[in-house]
Amino acid sequence: MSEIQPLALSGLSKAFGGLHAVAGVDLSVRPGERRAIIGPNGAGKTTLFNLISGDLMPSGGRIVLFGHDVTRLPSFRRAALGLARTFQITTLFPSLSVLENMLLAAQALERTKLMFHRPLGSYGHLYARARAVLESVDLAGKEGETAKNLSHGEQRQLEVALALAGRPRLLLLDEPTAGLSPAESQMMAALLRTLDPAITILIIEHDMDVAFGLADHVMVLHNGRVIADGSPEAVKADPLVAEIYLGTD
Amino acid sequence: MPGAARRGGWVVAGLGTAAVLLAAAPLFLSSYPLTLLTQALIYAIFAMSLDILLGYTGLPSLGHAAYFGVGAYAVAILATEFRAGFWTCLVAAVAAAILAGALFGPLAIRAVGTYFLMITLALGMLVWGLAFRWVSVTKGDNGISGLERPTLGPWSFADPTAFYFLSLVTFVVSAACLVVVVRSPFGMSLMGIRESEARMRSLGYNVWLHKYLAFMLAAAFAGVAGFLWAYYNGFVSPVEVQLVTSVEALLMVALGGSGTLVGPALGAGLIVFLKNFVSVYTKRWLLILGGVYICVILFAPGGIIGALKRRPR
Repeated sequence: MSEIQPLALSGLSKAFGGLHAVAGVDLSVRPGERRAIIGPNGAGKTTLFNLISGDLMPSGGRIVLFGHDVTRLPSFRRAALGLARTFQITTLFPSLSVLENMLLAAQALERTKLMFHRPLGSYGHLYARARAVLESVDLAGKEGETAKNLSHGEQRQLEVALALAGRPRLLLLDEPTAGLSPAESQMMAALLRTLDPAITILIIEHDMDVAFGLADHVMVLHNGRVIADGSPEAVKADPLVAEIYLGTD
Repeated sequence: MPGAARRGGWVVAGLGTAAVLLAAAPLFLSSYPLTLLTQALIYAIFAMSLDILLGYTGLPSLGHAAYFGVGAYAVAILATEFRAGFWTCLVAAVAAAILAGALFGPLAIRAVGTYFLMITLALGMLVWGLAFRWVSVTKGDNGISGLERPTLGPWSFADPTAFYFLSLVTFVVSAACLVVVVRSPFGMSLMGIRESEARMRSLGYNVWLHKYLAFMLAAAFAGVAGFLWAYYNGFVSPVEVQLVTSVEALLMVALGGSGTLVGPALGAGLIVFLKNFVSVYTKRWLLILGGVYICVILFAPGGIIGALKRRPR
């Protein structure tokens, strides 16, 4: 794999009026790294993801993705560089079938997505790709189902599958276990552990078992700032983290 | 999936029967119903073009009559002032409609939902204002009259039956083109935009570009309908671009079932016949139109096609 740094943030900030949701975050991610981002509600985790993905434009700072300065680029251009994300609030194509959901994801980075005179059905490699990813997230038997009729757990699996269909090099997972039962969370964690080790992953996660089980690196965000950054053990031992996040309930 | 196969069989049988009936219609219909059927076919093209925006892309345009009217005016002006022939008028009508779409699209697709509705309404009114006030070109309120039915090589479309067949062929070709588009990768991307713009963007789609292309595609086929309408009516006036025309098109799509193409075509037929039938008895057509609209929203939000699809389950 290339040794290009997948992601580097410097002084990244986002203010909503007087609220500094993300306040000067510096971050440097190594290729193949699995980094968990944790922090209390309102810490700015999802805002940070939205800045990286291009769903929000930053108030200040820089975002460098695979060596390209993407600070002002729209999200679809960032996706073309190899970035994919999932959403905390399930964001599928609800009234389309599971297979159609996957086909939309599989063709997203292909030139053929603007073809208007050939039936979609004639692109066999898209179907193969869509079905292979469905297989990998245990949804192979559900391809004819309408997405909104899936169970919540299956919808979360499809959410991840959509992000994987474009063969991303950097994957942002925003609380993949949100709303899942403990058993379903375990399944999701197992699924995430099977992902290609070459994919660099940032994961926001409230379930500490999932976060610490997957990540080799943990970053703690509080009030938009990074307050701890290191191995899971180091972060667990950090007294400041224990005070504001892990210990108090 | 035997259910789907059986339904597919019904669809093929239904379309086949419809095709035979439409082709044979001049044999058993007298001239007035045939005229209405011609009108229905023209409006069907118009409604299907709106379905690309409303049903497939999820963009509720309240100014779609603008492109229909621009096409119709292009034909009226060229045919009366310059004695332009069939092909010149067809190309000009479609080109003028696409141009209008290309100009208005960037303004409209900045907005979503209700705001899209309002901007398209405003742009539609702008075209209506031009038709009404730009008297030197459009003859204002008087409209442009004296349009004669076109000829094409050895064929003359002056005869109602001949014009009916011209409309039928244009309808079939337009419908075929639109069906091909909605089944293509591009068509699938439009449905993705309808379902979730945020997801489309993060997957890597340039949503703006896809919406813009959809806007021009819809304008182009509205222009085709306007082209036929100008010849059919023999007279083009600001009525063609007024708000009621846009609203009627929306109702045709909603009544038939948006996002299905065949539904809006069916809806167009029903509205045309209802309108002409009702106007024999009362002048309050708009009241009836509103009533039908409310009933569709309350009792059949998926339109006729939606109701048919639900039945077999």
